[in-house]
Amino acid sequence: MERHFENDLEELKQRLLWMGSLAERAVHQAVHAVLDAEEHLAESVLNEEPAINEMQIEIDDRVQRLLALQQPMAADLRFLLAVSRINGDLERIGDQAVNIAHSAMRILRHPQVKPYVDLPRMSELAETMVRDSLNSLVKGDEDLAQSVLQRDDQVDRLRDQLFRELLTYMMENSAVVFPSFELILVAKNLERIADHATNIAEDVIYYVAGRDVRHPALDRR
Amino acid sequence: MSSGSQTAEKGHAVRFEIVNLDFFYGAKQAVFGLNMKVPTNKVTALIGPSGCGKSTFLRTLNRMNDTIRNTRVKGQILLDGNDVYQIDSVRLRRRVGMVFQRPNPFPKSIYDNVAYGLRVNGFKGRLSDLVEQSLRRAALWEEVKDYLHKSAFALSGGQQQRLCIARALAVDPEVLLLDEPCSALDPVSTAKIEELMFQLKDSCTMVIVTHNMQQAARASDYTAFMLDGHLIEHNETSKIFTTPKDPRTEAYITGRFG
Repeated sequence: MERHFENDLEELKQRLLWMGSLAERAVHQAVHAVLDAEEHLAESVLNEEPAINEMQIEIDDRVQRLLALQQPMAADLRFLLAVSRINGDLERIGDQAVNIAHSAMRILRHPQVKPYVDLPRMSELAETMVRDSLNSLVKGDEDLAQSVLQRDDQVDRLRDQLFRELLTYMMENSAVVFPSFELILVAKNLERIADHATNIAEDVIYYVAGRDVRHPALDRR
Repeated sequence: MSSGSQTAEKGHAVRFEIVNLDFFYGAKQAVFGLNMKVPTNKVTALIGPSGCGKSTFLRTLNRMNDTIRNTRVKGQILLDGNDVYQIDSVRLRRRVGMVFQRPNPFPKSIYDNVAYGLRVNGFKGRLSDLVEQSLRRAALWEEVKDYLHKSAFALSGGQQQRLCIARALAVDPEVLLLDEPCSALDPVSTAKIEELMFQLKDSCTMVIVTHNMQQAARASDYTAFMLDGHLIEHNETSKIFTTPKDPRTEAYITGRFG
């Protein structure tokens, strides 16, 4: 039997995915503001941040309403709890994109420190992790969500590599300290974005399979 | 006689306005100074513990309490601005239909249950079309269309209740009063009736008494909480169940009552 509640759930999912698309775009633009030295992309990220924040409030409001009024059970309940958590991660992804945009505007005032090699790789990984985590929600695809979790280590390794490389540059040439430091911050922000993508993937697994896969080191016996 | 509808908060049209309503069973007062505006084409739920006066109040809306001896009403009940005591009670009960806790179909066929009110009111037109329309509005048509001449008692409890709803809808009421319509029904039948209410409200104002708070939360747009004959709080359902204003409302809906 079709219940009008199902329309409410579908609408909520669409709003969350829309918020996800805004967050993805923010990351993409922020990163390219750095890589392509495009100030207008950084400005675009800053201008669009309020929309992401508004959506966080709207989605939390919808979740609260549905929990209070519809007494959801089983997968419906897990879905609403997952949406509430994913909402928070998407808002933080938006914040990290803003941080990258600010760094971009500061980096622009300096000549490029070095050819960007690891940074584009890192940003590509982080962006696809965000995209795939959201796609795993759309498709209810546990395997896709798992694949996002597995890519997190790669991002961490690239961040460490970037840190070491930039440290070396800074030690050799004090003139590049300022932009190198900003690049380290950008790498840190990207690593955090990837972490949020893994959080989203964990929430999708919780929703789809009913398993809590956070903190695998914990003994759950 | 005033005509047209007043406007409640938030600009909604108002179907019923209740002003300073007191109700007495003999010397015992059951409702105290109740003021409420019932919005048009919305579902309003009345909740509260047993004996709080919600069913008594519901029955004042179509003067069903008149059938009980020694009752007295003070204050005003206005339907579209007109005092219900200035309207002929039979006409009133055609405009304000009622569905009761236990399904009570007539000992007749499914068809005749729905057609009865139409015949009695001298309806002129194709009866079978209107019977079909009412059964469709009550989400029962598909289940009974090939058995219209079967006895109503052959239906399940949930189907009988939907038949009672179809019977009430046949005379095209503006308002439907439902007094715990699902308490005798299983969860699947209950869900069907709640879904039916959602479909119906565009064309019919509904007031439902329920002791099931979760049903009030799922199925209504506005909720009124009553206690000891008093209206404690009345607001949009989403607000009542997320941020109630009165601590007594909060105590009741969180199950900490008593």
